[in-house]
Amino acid sequence: MNVIEASGLGKRYGGTWALRECSLTIPAGHVAALVGPNGAGKTTLLNLAVGLMAPSAGSVTVLGGLPAGSLAALDGIAFVAQDTPLYKNLSVADMLHLTRNLNRRFDDRYVKGRLDDLGIPLPRKAARLSGGQQAQLALSLALARRPRLLVLDEPVAMLDPIARHDFMATVLTAAADDGVSVLLSSHVLAELERVADYLVLLSHGRVQVAGDVDDLLACHRVVTGPTAQADRYSEGLNVVHARRGEAQVHFLVRTNGSADPVPQGWEAHPVGLEELALAYLREPGAAALPGPARGDDAQLSAAMR
Amino acid sequence: MSALAMPARPEQNASVRPLPWRRMIWVTWRQHRFPLTGVAVLLGGLAVYVWLVGRQLHHAYALASACHPAGSPVCSVLASSFQSMDVQLSNGFVWQPLPALIGAFIGAPLLARELETGTFRYAWTQGFGRRRWTLAKLVLLATTVTAAAAAFSVLLSWYYQPYFTAGNQGRFLTALSPLASGLFDLRGVVFAAWTLAAFAIGALAGVLIRRVVPAIVATLVAYAGLALAAATFLRQHYLTALITKNVDVPGTALVLSQWWTKGSQFAFGRAPITLLQRICPPPPPKAGPGNFSKSDFVGQCLSRHGYTQLTSYQPASRFWSFQLIEGSWLLALSLLLIGVTIWLVHRRTA
Repeated sequence: MNVIEASGLGKRYGGTWALRECSLTIPAGHVAALVGPNGAGKTTLLNLAVGLMAPSAGSVTVLGGLPAGSLAALDGIAFVAQDTPLYKNLSVADMLHLTRNLNRRFDDRYVKGRLDDLGIPLPRKAARLSGGQQAQLALSLALARRPRLLVLDEPVAMLDPIARHDFMATVLTAAADDGVSVLLSSHVLAELERVADYLVLLSHGRVQVAGDVDDLLACHRVVTGPTAQADRYSEGLNVVHARRGEAQVHFLVRTNGSADPVPQGWEAHPVGLEELALAYLREPGAAALPGPARGDDAQLSAAMR
Repeated sequence: MSALAMPARPEQNASVRPLPWRRMIWVTWRQHRFPLTGVAVLLGGLAVYVWLVGRQLHHAYALASACHPAGSPVCSVLASSFQSMDVQLSNGFVWQPLPALIGAFIGAPLLARELETGTFRYAWTQGFGRRRWTLAKLVLLATTVTAAAAAFSVLLSWYYQPYFTAGNQGRFLTALSPLASGLFDLRGVVFAAWTLAAFAIGALAGVLIRRVVPAIVATLVAYAGLALAAATFLRQHYLTALITKNVDVPGTALVLSQWWTKGSQFAFGRAPITLLQRICPPPPPKAGPGNFSKSDFVGQCLSRHGYTQLTSYQPASRFWSFQLIEGSWLLALSLLLIGVTIWLVHRRTA
């Protein structure tokens, strides 16, 4: 089952496309990271997926073909928006009661246990919780709904390092123990390596990279060699990004999985997720989209240059 | 953490049954209890006040209207004590802002606060569903404020009852028209209907403007414009006005205009001074015992010269027809605005 399936998805504000020709499939059972610079369309894509927005073009379905925003889709998706909006004048207990009333499932025991562990008192007003506690409360409410897909928009952007760590630990526990699929957006790349096993890279409103992290890492490598030979060697390579120094040049290369031997004087290294993401972000023209190309992907691959 | 069954349960891919509406009662109350309590306290306090002053007014009226013979010195004292009572309330204008305030402070923040603080991203992604959430809140709050206004308006109807009683004029007591602007919209169904309309205007302003304070201001302005337009231009045309040659139009009728004709031709609205000086010179200064005013004199003089005064008016007996007409269009307008609000929420892009 795919938790998200977008085809030709686009969203336009006035004359500008915030998201364009987005075709994307995220299989269930992953912690998927949606990465991209500010203004790349991450929030737009998430809002379309949870049904807060209607697309200007194309379509998006969730949880195996449910229309985004339908009652069935809302029932299975929990969304924590950016800055974790809560009713500031309500107490924590009221927020629990509110969420219980608005949903089919609500695991009271789970959420009370978690808030107890976090030291968040039930009678306290949401406005008087710290930023980290507010984020944890919003996350706990979302998980208490027992969703099949948890969508988080920049969940840790406003948190200090400890709160950030605790928050992500909760997310990963839910993913590992309960099999909740997770889709989270972030522009903080450093977190990803530890967290994500599926990467979607958005840039300028288009999907640039999408795939299983292990597959992506397996079919990319960094090749380093003398700058003087760079042009001759790079001709036969699928270079995503080149970083030239005076003596040495670093190519991030797409290899299609085969570990071809490198010429003398050159070295090949495996690539890290952060490095891979950075390389693609610096080269908006490059793209790495999943294998058995569907109709929509072929178009995008053509734009690969 | 208890395990979540990952394989899709049979119900999950089918369309799910919507959650029961009654769940929104608690949600709505918990989120709007402060403004609702505010309205309850305001109306409750005013109701106590109206009841207290109303009892005195009714008492004074009972004494004055039972006094016999009307016009005797004792009765004049009783009449004037009734006349002078609560004069600041008697035109009804003091209650006019009430529907607007209730509507603006309950209706405008309803969606504007969610949009302003971003909590709509929470509310509209819960399992209850965005459109059903909006519909439930609008219906619950609209019903509540309308019912509260209707209850208050029953009290106001009771308070103003003495002024509309037939026969007041004969006893030299104030006779007001139940159709008069300021009074018409306090009684019957219309007070509640205006409150509902203000609420609906507020809800729509909230979703359009997306900020609480500007939405409240816009609601008050829009409401004032609509209420003024209805009172000034609209209400008098609900039914074709009656025209009479009788000079003594009952005091409970709403007089729209008066004019003079001569030989079935329109002569003038108000007699030109030059004409009056020529044919009806001012009466000798030693005017009689006071119940012979100047306008009566002019009227009688003009009649003697072949002029006829015509008066167009709406009789007080049309009160309920007018109530139903105004109530109906306000209800239709409110439903339209609420429908537009729900449609906007449905297609609103975050």
